[in-house]
Amino acid sequence: MASEKWPEAGKRSLIGKRVTRLDGAVKSTGRAKYTYDVNRKGMLHGKLVFSPHAHAKIVSIDTSAAEKMPGVKAVQLMIEPGKEVLWQGQEILALAAETEEQARDAARAVKIRFEKLPHFVADAPPEKAGQHQTALAEQVTGNPDQGFKEAEVTSEGTYGCPVITHCCLEAHGQVAEWEGDTLRVWASTQNVSGISGELVDGLKAGGVEVPASNVQILTPVMGGGFGSKFGADTWGVACAQLAKKAGRPVKMMLERDHELMAAGARPSIYARVRVGAKKDGTLTAWSSESWGTGGIGPAGNPNLPYVFTRIPNRRSRHTRVETNTGPARAWRAPNHPQMCLITMSALEDLAAQLPMDPLDFFLKNLPFVIPERAETYRQELVKGAELMEWKKKWHSRGDKTPGPIKRGLGLSIHTWGGGGHSSNCNCTIRPDGSVEVFLGSQDLGTGTRTVIAMVAAETLGLPVSAVKVNIGDSKFPPSGASGGSTTVGGVSASTRRATTRALNELLAKVAPALGVTPDKLEAACGTIRVAGDPTKAIAWHQACAKLGTAAITASGQRAPRGPDELISSGVGGIQMAEVAVDVETGVVKIEKLVAVQDCGLVINPKTAESQIYGAMIMGVGYALYEEKLMDETTGRCLNPDMEFYKLAGIGDVGNMVVHFMTGPGYDERGVIGLGEPPVISPGAAISNAVANAIGARVPTIPLTPDKVLAALEKVPRSALNDSSLRSEQEGGAA
Amino acid sequence: MSKRKLPTQKGLSRRAFLKTTGAAVSAGVVSGAAAELLNAQSTAKNKVAGPGEVPITLRVNGETHNLNVEPRVTLLDALRDRLDLTGAKKVCDRGTCGTCTVLVDGKAAYACSMLAIDAQGREILTIEGLAPEGELHPISAAFVENDAQQCGFCTPGFVMACKAYLDRNPNPTEAQAKKALGGNLCRCGTYIGVRAAVLDAAARMKGGR
Ligand code: FES
Ligand code: FES
Repeated sequence: MASEKWPEAGKRSLIGKRVTRLDGAVKSTGRAKYTYDVNRKGMLHGKLVFSPHAHAKIVSIDTSAAEKMPGVKAVQLMIEPGKEVLWQGQEILALAAETEEQARDAARAVKIRFEKLPHFVADAPPEKAGQHQTALAEQVTGNPDQGFKEAEVTSEGTYGCPVITHCCLEAHGQVAEWEGDTLRVWASTQNVSGISGELVDGLKAGGVEVPASNVQILTPVMGGGFGSKFGADTWGVACAQLAKKAGRPVKMMLERDHELMAAGARPSIYARVRVGAKKDGTLTAWSSESWGTGGIGPAGNPNLPYVFTRIPNRRSRHTRVETNTGPARAWRAPNHPQMCLITMSALEDLAAQLPMDPLDFFLKNLPFVIPERAETYRQELVKGAELMEWKKKWHSRGDKTPGPIKRGLGLSIHTWGGGGHSSNCNCTIRPDGSVEVFLGSQDLGTGTRTVIAMVAAETLGLPVSAVKVNIGDSKFPPSGASGGSTTVGGVSASTRRATTRALNELLAKVAPALGVTPDKLEAACGTIRVAGDPTKAIAWHQACAKLGTAAITASGQRAPRGPDELISSGVGGIQMAEVAVDVETGVVKIEKLVAVQDCGLVINPKTAESQIYGAMIMGVGYALYEEKLMDETTGRCLNPDMEFYKLAGIGDVGNMVVHFMTGPGYDERGVIGLGEPPVISPGAAISNAVANAIGARVPTIPLTPDKVLAALEKVPRSALNDSSLRSEQEGGAA
Repeated sequence: MSKRKLPTQKGLSRRAFLKTTGAAVSAGVVSGAAAELLNAQSTAKNKVAGPGEVPITLRVNGETHNLNVEPRVTLLDALRDRLDLTGAKKVCDRGTCGTCTVLVDGKAAYACSMLAIDAQGREILTIEGLAPEGELHPISAAFVENDAQQCGFCTPGFVMACKAYLDRNPNPTEAQAKKALGGNLCRCGTYIGVRAAVLDAAARMKGGR
């Protein structure tokens, strides 16, 4: 009998090997059909009309002119007159026409009368947020006042991150097609198995009854989600309604401006922090007053301090600021990057004040992280320091090298849970030897498809190419939404079980031919063979031929919750950044980023590495460029486009080094997800590196040139050894 | 931000762009076939195409396509919605992200920022024309091998930009490869793989691999 347990290190044929992404070719040849690319016969194009105002009452909606426009086939109200819209970008109505241009014209011809109401969109601290706030209960542990008395050095500062967006390159949207009373929806979603229920409810509320069993969601590939694509969304329901009304398929993808206004944002979090330590660096007390906005909803409550959660005496309080901006959605590692930036900046400032090398300071305070993670962090910090050449390069605050380019190092520590979502897998082995697995999961670009194939092939002793992976269809056995770094745990556990069970059925059929009992058999190297005696083997195809005409189908699950011996949760990682700052222009350049990460048993290091690179690159984006800007007077988003909502480009990201903690002590924990953890630290590590370079903290990210120059104003010339530079600037030569 | 390659028509709104085209028509600058078509559609007094559909002819991947589009239809929408060539993606639709990159007369162009009528008489190469279905062009192969893609939505644009880049500079240095393809954005963060793919593709195209 084959065991469900992961094979031991020496016995893995595929797990841990660098396997090339299976859908790489179809993507890099442009043949992959994303939702946006689905063109159905007779398909109409949908457009949304959304609120131009941050807060208004809808007095009336007149669609008569729009309905008469050329090509218009259906119109669907999404909110009734008399109701209020609460943010710019809130959906009001959808329509469908023959061409996209006609749909856009018709959308413009809809006449809506608004009664404007007062709005509040400022990303403001509580003292400036008036009634638009909710103070949460203060959390106190130990005796903070006493802790600060014991402190020999204290540091105070304000730190924070503004609202940013997801900006998935494939916009949110779907294609809906009815065939009688069955509905097929191609959706750009992270939740293939989960959104039909929401669609059914939404349709029912609009008077269209369709049983969930008649709804099929298809997502063979999707162009990025990052936490913003879990729901069916109002526009998903409207698209299906339009398709029903018109009796034709409808494609409706959000336009980029709407995408950035309405389809996902990460809450801002800011905090005033005070933190104290003994002269030897031992932390004694923490206090923080934080605030931030998740838009109209209640998102974004941080737990501070982050990682160093066991600082003995601590006090924290958070105030939620409610604004008339598009609602927050989960953004890769919800709240963690913000909590990380605030905590690691405050701690690094304290280290600078002591003064102490932050590497030594963080190592010193590892007793204040959760005990299970302390040793991991220690090993990671040591490894990271080696990869960064930390001890060689580090200097105390303010690079005294002459000239305008100042270099600095920064580091940060993060944690994440992960684990595995519920998942079901069916495995079919056919008499001709072909193998298929079926999961109602999805590949967001993380490599899920490849990992599933690797697990199945590993179990069956076959090459990856021998397994056909079927995902991205809600008709397959349900699997959870891809969020919170839970996919790889869920699908690897269910796939391992389904394929092991199928294999055991096969072994039972083959055993007589090899003259042993099934428990003596194993699948390896494309054969079924007697364990320990490779000469007694039968080729895979011949083995399967013994099935006669009956294929084997077996299923496997990752239990909905609770522990699972194949997977685990809870990881730690560290990142280090090296930056070069031009103190004349304020431009920050990333020289090098190092990530050291544990994530249990790494199935495919090739795609896992890409995920860490990608996370660090997203991190460079939010550390240096990204911010959703709102205009307080008009209540509108100032940069709902990609010229002014800036992502990092290929020349912006420096050199990157990734190191996985693997081997004994790590592998046996089983599989743990990786999507979130590496995106948490870049902002903090980069901000700390900039502080180290220029001798002053830039309080909030993104670290844009204006803010860097403002911070430099406070730096005494001597600290940077650049008197010539300063006097030139003062002389107006800059 | 890094310096990005200027798109063919950066800085022009579509409306301004139309005006420019119109001006060019009256100045008699538009090339033969295009001018004829435009003239055929315009009234005697005002040489204006549209606003209704006009017949146009596009040369895409070596094939000739006759289609009817409104003059305001972009090359990108014509390719994607009319010809079902969906390899070029629509993301920003205004010349910022490069996901719509195609080659026009051998040069990289943002298909969202060019009108279909203006692409007449020019050789358009989309990613579908790079290699026959089922085959991998060396550049695509380099992207696969170096895992220069995650969700892959940006990838066709990168591949086409890479083609234009290597046609111009077949021997990029490592330093050049680091910043090449600055006109394309990726949200998943595949730049490390893309850099490796550019160098690898250059080697493959010389038959080095
Ligand atoms: S879609 Fe053309 S450049 Fe972005
Ligand atoms: S791979 Fe997803 S946007 Fe580039």
